[in-house]
Amino acid sequence: MIPLLDRRLLFVTGKGGVGKTTVAAALALFASEHGRRTLVCESDARGDIAAYLETGPTGFHARELLPDLWAMSMDTEAALREYLRLNLRIPVIGRIGPLAKALDFVATAAPGVREVLIVGKLCYEVRERHYDLVVVDAPATGHIVGQLSAPQSINELVKVGLIRSQTDWMLDILSDPARTGLVVVTTPEEMPVNETMELAARVGEETTVELASVVVNRVLPELFGRTEEEIFEQLCRKELTAELGRLAGGDAGALLEAARLAVTLRRTRAGHLERLRAGIDAKVPMLYLPFLFTRFHGLRTIRQVAHSLGEELGS
Amino acid sequence: MVRHSPHDPYRNGSLSGLLASREIVVVCGPGGVGKTTTAAAAAAVAAARLGGKVLVLTVDPARRLADALGLQGIGNRERRVPESAFTDAGVKPMGELYAAMLDTKESWDTLISHHAPDARTRDEILANPLYRNISGRFVQSHDYIAMERLFEIHAEGTYDLIVVDTPPTRNALDFLDAPERMADFFSSRLLRWLIVPYRSRIVNVASKPFYQVADRILGTQFLSDIAEFFILFQSMYHGFVERARSVQRLLADRRTSFIVVSTLEVVPLREGEFFAKALADRELHLGAIVLNKVLPGYLRDPMGATIAARLRDAAGQLADQLCSRMEGADVAQVERVLAEVGSSYLDYRVVAQREAEQQSELAGPPEAFVSVPYFDTDVYDLEGLFRLGARLWGD
Repeated sequence: MIPLLDRRLLFVTGKGGVGKTTVAAALALFASEHGRRTLVCESDARGDIAAYLETGPTGFHARELLPDLWAMSMDTEAALREYLRLNLRIPVIGRIGPLAKALDFVATAAPGVREVLIVGKLCYEVRERHYDLVVVDAPATGHIVGQLSAPQSINELVKVGLIRSQTDWMLDILSDPARTGLVVVTTPEEMPVNETMELAARVGEETTVELASVVVNRVLPELFGRTEEEIFEQLCRKELTAELGRLAGGDAGALLEAARLAVTLRRTRAGHLERLRAGIDAKVPMLYLPFLFTRFHGLRTIRQVAHSLGEELGS
Repeated sequence: MVRHSPHDPYRNGSLSGLLASREIVVVCGPGGVGKTTTAAAAAAVAAARLGGKVLVLTVDPARRLADALGLQGIGNRERRVPESAFTDAGVKPMGELYAAMLDTKESWDTLISHHAPDARTRDEILANPLYRNISGRFVQSHDYIAMERLFEIHAEGTYDLIVVDTPPTRNALDFLDAPERMADFFSSRLLRWLIVPYRSRIVNVASKPFYQVADRILGTQFLSDIAEFFILFQSMYHGFVERARSVQRLLADRRTSFIVVSTLEVVPLREGEFFAKALADRELHLGAIVLNKVLPGYLRDPMGATIAARLRDAAGQLADQLCSRMEGADVAQVERVLAEVGSSYLDYRVVAQREAEQQSELAGPPEAFVSVPYFDTDVYDLEGLFRLGARLWGD
């Protein structure tokens, strides 16, 4: 498989709450620190990327946040304007009235129109080689297939017209694994794992984009090996717990209970991990990121995650 | 954290009052926090303890949970969860539990059949390529159809309580605003404007810059597909708008309440708070906040931290002293176990403290605040649902 960072367009998706935006930001930060001119694009304009990277707000026009790291927020109306300016070469912009409303309208009627503008803008950045790598904080698992397959659906729905001819080169970029890949972020929990496996299957069937990697976030550390676990069980016996408490100067019961919770959580998650590995094509690399037992979030977290990603990517 | 108030019976960290007094409980919140499971558990415990007929209308349950509720088949039909499933889980139910899954496509088709003025219009709509696209993938249709289906089931009057799980949305507000937006959409002037040239059969698309641009981008065929679709749809306009308004009214009714589910992780909690505020802005009733996967309180005990640090830092010494009292234990291994127990406690303590702090910042106390601890295993059967349900009940 083509190494992740050798591609030019990475869509990062995942079930809500698994750390999709964190991983997208960390991936972009890591790439930019390794000499790639990187654009990170947030697709829902909520400002999360800016918040995570601790910079001011981002807009449709990319801004350089850190050396070699640019960020933008997707805005479909702005994308449409840019598209019209680049493609129609007629001074229509001022003359088509309430563009946003019209766009809303057409997009509501024909799903795919909005998505194709978004994907079109991203592919455009790739085609024009403005950056070495474009990382997209893409919609969550429920919506990503709709976005990635939009050029195809539009191709099927729209028989003639400019959009039709435009979707051909988009499809070229999207279906080329040397250029485009999908990264699915998950956590080792039941629903995220189920969704990841379902998504992997759907992506293969309904889109032309290659699943480039699965990132497993918040992997818990293993506490004990087997013999250590036996020792732990002994320690949990009343008289030994009391003795340990006496030696350590307090009640050790809560500590052992906490350790048991940690072991159980880890074990449940290990089961889901196994299921995930078995359910995903063996040639798709999985990257494991540790659970962060930290107080902070924001740029420090992103740096830490970027570091872990680097270790997993072998650099 | 349970907030007590002697005057408010709901504020005892229980959903029991809410489940007993409302006809509809909508469970919402960010994705990945256990929304579906919470909805199912609330319905299960209500059926078991309150009696009557309780329905859980779920959107996207995990397969094992779907199996537990007897929802293997795809489709909209409500199915009763057999009483044996309750007794197998050691519960004698007072009432009956039903479950149904939301099938967007099927619900849309039903809706069209319901509102279409005649069979021909119905068939034309169902066959229109845009309709097929819209009903299958319409981003907002899922949100709307969930509320629409709720309205329909409620109107039938079969159930004493309907607990609704909400679809994961890109934007938390989508489904709240879906009925309103649907009404707006069909009464939009733009819609009428867009289809004028097609309706009057004067395909003079060059007459206005908008049509010109639209035509160049989308092509005439596509535009006329859109127009045809909306001309067909307009025949159902009044029915649709009226229905959307009724759905809206039902959500705002005193018989309906909302539960926001979240975890104490940063992102979900922020979304949860946003949701609570959105409900308030719309004057919808926030009945409870349920916090899932809350770490146990003993992790925040300062004494625990002191001992944990001792275990971590003086593990060797402690192991030496303990070893003689243990069977076949190697000192080095005991040392590792003790150090691991100590540092693991301290690790989790950081998270527990961070989360407690966030919880204390939660604005706007609703009538009930329920926190649910981490369970050892995922909830995927009725027994698990009852365990969770008991927590929600405030046992």
